[in-house]
Amino acid sequence: MSDQIKLERNSEAAEQLTNRDYKYGFVTDIEADSAPPGLSEEIIRFISAKKEEPEFMLEFRLKAFRHWQTLTEPDWAFVNYPAIDYQDIVYYSAPKAQGDGPQSLDEVDPKLLETYEKLGIPLKEQEILAGVVAVDAVFDSVSVATTFKGKLEELGIVFCSFSEAVKEHPALIRKYLGSVVPYTDNFFAALNAAVFTDGSFVYIPKGVRCPMELSTYFRINAANTGQFERTLIVADDDAYVSYLEGCTAPQRDENQLHAAVVELVAFDNATIKYSTVQNWYPGDENGVGGIYNFVTKRGKCAGANSKISWTQVETGSSITWKYPGCILQGDNSVGEFYSVALTNNCQQADTGTKMVHIGKNTRSNIVSKGISAGRGQNTYRGLVKILKGATGARNYSQCDSMLLGDRCGAHTFPYLDVQNRTATVEHEASTSKIGEDQIFYCLQRGISAEDAVSMIVNGFCKEVFRELPMEFAVEAQKLLGISLEGSVG
Amino acid sequence: MLSVKNLKASIDGTEILKGIDLDVKAGEVHAIMGPNGSGKSTLAQVIAGRDTYEVTAGSVTYQGKDLLELPPEQRAREGIFLAFQYPVEIPGVNNTYFLKAALNATRKHRGLEELDAMDFLALVREKLKVIHLDEDLLHRPVNAGFSGGEKKRNEIFQMAVLSPKLAVLDETDSGLDIDALRTVAKGVNSLRSKDNAIVVVTHYQRLLEYIVPDHVHVLADGRVVRSGGRELALELEKEGYSWVETQAAGPAKTRG
Ligand SMILES: Nc1ncnc2c1ncn2[C@@H]1O[C@H](COP(=O)(O)OP(=O)(O)OP(=O)(O)O)[C@@H](O)[C@H]1O
Ligand SMILES: [Mg+2]
Repeated sequence: MSDQIKLERNSEAAEQLTNRDYKYGFVTDIEADSAPPGLSEEIIRFISAKKEEPEFMLEFRLKAFRHWQTLTEPDWAFVNYPAIDYQDIVYYSAPKAQGDGPQSLDEVDPKLLETYEKLGIPLKEQEILAGVVAVDAVFDSVSVATTFKGKLEELGIVFCSFSEAVKEHPALIRKYLGSVVPYTDNFFAALNAAVFTDGSFVYIPKGVRCPMELSTYFRINAANTGQFERTLIVADDDAYVSYLEGCTAPQRDENQLHAAVVELVAFDNATIKYSTVQNWYPGDENGVGGIYNFVTKRGKCAGANSKISWTQVETGSSITWKYPGCILQGDNSVGEFYSVALTNNCQQADTGTKMVHIGKNTRSNIVSKGISAGRGQNTYRGLVKILKGATGARNYSQCDSMLLGDRCGAHTFPYLDVQNRTATVEHEASTSKIGEDQIFYCLQRGISAEDAVSMIVNGFCKEVFRELPMEFAVEAQKLLGISLEGSVG
Repeated sequence: MLSVKNLKASIDGTEILKGIDLDVKAGEVHAIMGPNGSGKSTLAQVIAGRDTYEVTAGSVTYQGKDLLELPPEQRAREGIFLAFQYPVEIPGVNNTYFLKAALNATRKHRGLEELDAMDFLALVREKLKVIHLDEDLLHRPVNAGFSGGEKKRNEIFQMAVLSPKLAVLDETDSGLDIDALRTVAKGVNSLRSKDNAIVVVTHYQRLLEYIVPDHVHVLADGRVVRSGGRELALELEKEGYSWVETQAAGPAKTRG
């Protein structure tokens, strides 16, 4: 965007900032389905009251809010966007429910289900495919459908919406909320802590292997509703869980802020696999519209021999700012990060990981594949930090970039901080252009240019897709193809 | 089937093909020989539709259609197959998957039903009986890390599965051991029929003992300088290309 426009937008934002006083006069109306736009202690109290939260939650939110007020938005990422007016965002909105909240899918607003179906995620079908995937669907800010809970309950597994967890398992929430991503962590994490409305909670008890992939589909639907989910997954000793997070959003015109927080905790010998396919609206080919995706995701390998593995396929959003990381505290714990980030048209992605080695013989493995097409900008930013006590720690990082066309860009910023001399750290990076010879080879075999590009790019990402659960891998490959449409020729 | 008339093509402003005439009828096998750099691969690639070459003059007709009007994928779907002199590696893309996508693109174009995984596998099994290909190669990424000979065998295997009408083989025999050479010949000969045509670019008479050509052409400096029967290949083997130098320079052209 030109400096001129940026300047105008900034002064616009400044004007709104000075004119916003009237918003503080808003009186909490607990019957309202949504809060008026803006952020204040009143609004936070409204959200907390709306959700009938215990006192400790309100305290947590207010502390976070007060801290947030002292912070300024970070600007170090390799992304560019007009200033966000945080007083123009609606922080709470509930979909219209019939009665007291649905007990089963049949009671869910058919309009909502219709939207899901349009998005190609037939919730009904998934229910029929019993036992494969449990879906805790989040529509806007309130959970509207949770399936397979019974089956999981038998094993003592808790998989529910965050709001429900706050009511039913307050002790667990109190213990782990903010234990990996404290509200002081960063600007967006503080904002999330203050205003988050829902999300998912998972607890896998000692020695239990979760028998199915747990899955949540997030959707952004109501106009101008910032989405602030919070996900917390705790795997006790010897537990195993694989969690899928998938997102698509309907096309919209206005930029929407999305600032989620995900916290994972793995105890002795526990494994958490967290997979994401992110396909929010990326904006049109001129960069208009699209989601701002500013996410804080972090896992703590608290116990010995624990393992946390992040796999992400990022094809959507106009701006992605995301660094799923691992704190490798337990001895011999393992952190993994497998990422595919694709930017087309005017999309910008600044993503990577943080691996912090604390325990002995901790290992981390990073595989990042960045694909840039159109005028897309793709940045890998990774931190590998090896603390003094992390004797024998090992890290391997591989960052490959692929360029389609010559108007796009790829950037790699690896940061290393090694404080233990017995540690080994390896970093490999490559940048390649999609080969004209490869495309011609495919064309000569009758394969269309678009299929050829999608095939070659998918091949480039193979090492990451391999880490995804089967059904997700298929979805991810399709997504790459769709996201690259129009990028050849 | 294929008619090339006064074809001129350049790359980055350098003229490589300087007026090629070639007439290939259904049922025929043509061999194209000629010194290194004479334009054999260029001709093959121009027929296949590579757009790095600019066609500056002449025409190419294929089955009555103006071939130069068609994009490369359409040419392939219409039955033109090029066995590359240097087959390209596509990391991460499964060889079988690639071949299935290629076959189904062609079938779709011809109004045939796409083959599902089972039917495709059956076809692959059938072709494996004719063309010996290490099955391991089918499950590896396309050409990635294949030896030179394995790449060539893979090209022939693709050809067998896609069963083209016009196959152009660009030095498929180079770098092959004798078994592989027989495999290539077998592939070509099983494609041979009154409806199909085959053009083989080669440096060696050896291949032509297995694939007996109806016509042999010698390319030099972007022109066909001699055409004849299979005996021309034998003659070249004996005499080499030194005579070509004078002929290519020709009376009409001064070299310098
Ligand atoms: N980009 C380019 N710019 C200039 N000349 C080129 C370019 N690409 C190819 N050539 C030339 O075109 C000529 C013909 O090349 P071509 O590959 O068609 O030869 P060939 O007959 O297939 O040779 P070989 O027997 O070695 O395979 C060569 O002299 C080559 O150097
Ligand atoms: Mg050649």
